[in-house]
Amino acid sequence: MTDTKAIPCSEAVRQLWDYLDHAIPPEDQEKVEKHLSFCRSCCGELEFAKEMRAFLATSTAQEIPPHVKERLERFVERL
Amino acid sequence: MSEAGIRDRTKEGFQELVLAELPALYSLARRLVRDGAEDLVQEALLQAFRAFGTLREDGAAGRWLKTILVNVFRDQVRKRSRTVDERPMGDLSDFSLYRTLVDEDPFPYSDSLHTDFLQVFDSEDLREVLIRLPDIYRIPLVLRYMDGFATKEIARLLEAPLGTILARLHRGRRLFERELWAYAEEAGLLTKERAR
Ligand SMILES: [Zn+2]
Repeated sequence: MTDTKAIPCSEAVRQLWDYLDHAIPPEDQEKVEKHLSFCRSCCGELEFAKEMRAFLATSTAQEIPPHVKERLERFVERL
Repeated sequence: MSEAGIRDRTKEGFQELVLAELPALYSLARRLVRDGAEDLVQEALLQAFRAFGTLREDGAAGRWLKTILVNVFRDQVRKRSRTVDERPMGDLSDFSLYRTLVDEDPFPYSDSLHTDFLQVFDSEDLREVLIRLPDIYRIPLVLRYMDGFATKEIARLLEAPLGTILARLHRGRRLFERELWAYAEEAGLLTKERAR
């Protein structure tokens, strides 16, 4: 039988990102899930963690000033 | 040219392949260093050109170039400082940006407080927050959550044990969230949207 002892909020929050990454052992994954099933505050943390991850993943604007781009292109041409 | 096609490993082939990747490379470089992003890209291009023969397929060029750039950066950091910058960043154990936002309620009229908070940051604000973090936290954070490297790859790239990278990601996330909040207050980002 797996240990399904409840974990406190601090523990659940600490593991949220790893939980989203599936980077923790299945039994810990289960514990976090169980905690989320009854804790509204941690569900809020979870939603925010998802938003934060999306925010980071989509903030990779690929801006390059024209003069820098030009210099780098010239650099490549002269290699 | 087909997606998986392979160009000749010539100078012309190299040029053709990397020109399209310059914006992505430069952006990554700017997330890694405060100054000198262009130099970092140049050094990476130089090394990439020398190693062009090792690139298996053109489709992997973007990731290949980024990996080289991170390697160059890692070596530069090592040369610069013999000791790892582990300066204490205060006690983070109980900081939660989620709860801070609930408690401080910067947008009293908003019913999507947390979403609105993230929206006040443009890409330059975000860069400023990232650049404030010590290298040991910023690098894994950028590679994992912005550039999509797997934690194992990051460990290999930075030549550090996986456990160390996981611990740094952990601490780095807390630190990042605390700095996001501090920066938003400092830069006055939280007052603009009050009227919403
Ligand atoms: Zn909870």
